[in-house]
Amino acid sequence: MNAPDPAVHTDPADRAGRQSAVVAALSRVLPAHALLWRREDTVPYECDGLTAYREQPLVVALPETDAQVAALLQACHRLQVPVVARGAGTGLSGGALPHKLGVTLSLAKFNRILKVDPVGRTATVQCGVRNQAISEAAAPFGLYYAPDPSSQIACTIGGNVAENSGGVHCLKYGLTLHNVLRVKGFTVEGEAVEFGALALDAAGLDLLAVVIGSEGMLAVTTEVTVKLVPKPLTARCIMASFADIRRAGDAVAAVIAAGIIPAGLEMMDKPMTAAVEDFVHAGYDLSAAAILLCESDGTPEEVTEEIDRMLDVLTGAGATRLEVSKDEAQRLKFWSGRKNAFPASGRISPDYMCMDSTIPRKRLADILLAIQQMEIKHDLRCCNVFHAGDGNLHPLILFDANDADQLRRAEAFGADILEASVEMGGTVTGEHGVGIEKLNSMCVQFSTEERTQMELLKRAFDPVGLLNPGKVIPTLNRCAEYGKMHVKKGLLPFPELERF
Amino acid sequence: MVDAALQQLVDQVQSARATKGTLDIRGGSTKAFYGETPSGAPLDVRPLAGISSYEPSELVVTVRAGTPLAELEATLAGQGQCLPFEPPRLGEGSTVGGMVAAGLAGPARAAVGGVRDYVLGATLLNGRAEVVSFGGQVMKNVAGYDVSRLLAGSLGILGVICEVSLKVLPAPPAVCTLRFELEQAIALKRLHEWSGQPLPLNASAWWDGMLVLRLAGAAAAVQAAVAKLGGEVIEPRLAASFWTDLRDQSDEFFTAAGEAVARGGTLWRLSVAQTAAPMTLPGAQLIEWGGAQRWLASDEPAEQVRAAAAAAGGHATAFRHGDVRGGVFAPLAAPLARIHRELKTAFDPDRVFNPGRLYPEL
Repeated sequence: MNAPDPAVHTDPADRAGRQSAVVAALSRVLPAHALLWRREDTVPYECDGLTAYREQPLVVALPETDAQVAALLQACHRLQVPVVARGAGTGLSGGALPHKLGVTLSLAKFNRILKVDPVGRTATVQCGVRNQAISEAAAPFGLYYAPDPSSQIACTIGGNVAENSGGVHCLKYGLTLHNVLRVKGFTVEGEAVEFGALALDAAGLDLLAVVIGSEGMLAVTTEVTVKLVPKPLTARCIMASFADIRRAGDAVAAVIAAGIIPAGLEMMDKPMTAAVEDFVHAGYDLSAAAILLCESDGTPEEVTEEIDRMLDVLTGAGATRLEVSKDEAQRLKFWSGRKNAFPASGRISPDYMCMDSTIPRKRLADILLAIQQMEIKHDLRCCNVFHAGDGNLHPLILFDANDADQLRRAEAFGADILEASVEMGGTVTGEHGVGIEKLNSMCVQFSTEERTQMELLKRAFDPVGLLNPGKVIPTLNRCAEYGKMHVKKGLLPFPELERF
Repeated sequence: MVDAALQQLVDQVQSARATKGTLDIRGGSTKAFYGETPSGAPLDVRPLAGISSYEPSELVVTVRAGTPLAELEATLAGQGQCLPFEPPRLGEGSTVGGMVAAGLAGPARAAVGGVRDYVLGATLLNGRAEVVSFGGQVMKNVAGYDVSRLLAGSLGILGVICEVSLKVLPAPPAVCTLRFELEQAIALKRLHEWSGQPLPLNASAWWDGMLVLRLAGAAAAVQAAVAKLGGEVIEPRLAASFWTDLRDQSDEFFTAAGEAVARGGTLWRLSVAQTAAPMTLPGAQLIEWGGAQRWLASDEPAEQVRAAAAAAGGHATAFRHGDVRGGVFAPLAAPLARIHRELKTAFDPDRVFNPGRLYPEL
């Protein structure tokens, strides 16, 4: 049922011929400096943040105007060439992995902030503007853009739209979806299209809701209008230590059950705390089995009131140590460790694999304890950092990719975590996207009819399947193969098959 | 896990398909007036009722589509929680499925988001008579396309919404309503200034020279805002009934608008940029959502109203009307119209569900 990938029908031996045809066609619509196709020039585009998978694109195009994007898409559509849009390449699921017979459409040059409207509290920016640059541009007006993925200094708003990115404050402030009013861009045919509006809704079906998070498979985004919100007058953060993981997990549920929606609620386990403390020296409690970061923001009166309530709940939940940030510097210090969890893991292990599943909050302790068992089963270490407030886990499986057996065990470990998450009522990806990384897991989470419905939805936007083919929705064949490999007790044999 | 109530719906869809029939999906029929004229054999979703799961500490409720909205909201209130977007009850017996399908939100929309912002997952009975689920019961979920949110406001054209999971929130600990005598342009200007500040603004309504503002949040924040903004504090019970009547369109403005519609006029819903200048169209206006939703009871021709809404960055819907020349919903740009047609085919290839309810060609 999956869209036939048009490139698959082309003999790879024809690559050179196909490349010259595409370069010739694109040369007519793009300036020479906006086209790269020699291997030494395309290598920087061979992967995104998921570096384990690499592919050389046929051509890399770096258009500078909307007209050029339209013309490029029209040309690719005419030649039936796949197009993979790319922002900063910080994605963690391989969503921007090139197609070997396709064009990688880099939108890096779409980096202008077009308008900041302090009265209407919106910013209209080109898709290549960095997430943090929006908040910086809004800061003089006391406003900011709320979603704050950890990669916010580098990741672009276009990529955030593609992935429906979250961040550490999304429990209170929402995901990209909740903070974007309008997306402008182009259909696969190269026709200008607008999803959403400057108003709070648009006529017809809510296509914006499905375009956000569609991983570049439905349309190409070039411009985004986001909502800006007033910067809270103050924010304070509690660091709470717990002597065991179950108490920490229960404390998360207790905070929510008390009717409190923290601005941020994050958890790190002991191995993770040790790794980041060594890296950022934030003053974390190294003896705790788990620590929680619990933040309140708002007016000074509001924050004082809420912090007191949070302290009560956390004490009642058995916190062994509580520390409230004294000033902004200390608050940022508390967060610095959390935001540097990934690089810190990179320092203690040659490689790590980051999972991204989400589970119901009440199962936090269960999944942590299950992961501890999996560490023994797969003989690998795992550090855990969670967006605890919304049940989004980021277990970091540590391994050495140069050791084939470790890589195999790490992948099996990751698959176990995803399946346990689905079994507990969760999902295989909370914010990093499916990309190519979690295609097999999609077979576990969705039925054949559900995957087929998603494929049909894609075709409503992209009839031939030229936009980012091969991502997000696994083919029926792939799921059948995965089902066969998937032997008893969740032990995944070495996947001999070519995976991508 | 298909139970009897669901199986009966599946059977009805299968038989409609087999006989090339069409179905008019119905809950409480409180919004039968909304959208293009319904047609097809009635498909009553109300037997598919009940709250499937609700755990207050998860902030998630999963509920079957035929459940009365009043029942759901009472259950949530029992745990100190709510649907923050204040879905209107435009008559007795509104259902959860109808709430999602219509996608209408009440006074707090601008501050807290709309229906789709709270949809986490949905089970759909599509036009191939398949029961398919998307999204889930967790806050963050990017596995596959966000089909469940696409259903909010779809008016049933993609299939029968069978069950939805919704994010819920604690009811705000403190609420206070203020009243200001202000003419429209000044009221809008004030609203925009206040919205740009860290104030617990939750809802606004301007009508006939009067701006009513609701603050909601932590007690300390609400008290500080009351002190800062001034205005006349409205007694809580009176304020609560004001917002409920506004939400349910049973207040003075909407009652008068209903009479105007009976005389052949139209009640328009103009969804525009919050900062759009006062609309100069003839007729009575009520403004909500900090300026983003403007209700207009008018005899003005549709073309003029639509043009004014488009110039204000939005679109106009003939919300209540006698005659629907020119369609209820604003026409779509060509690429969007094409995507709509293709999506209809993707979900409901034989055009079984709610034919023409959203747009005549769908």
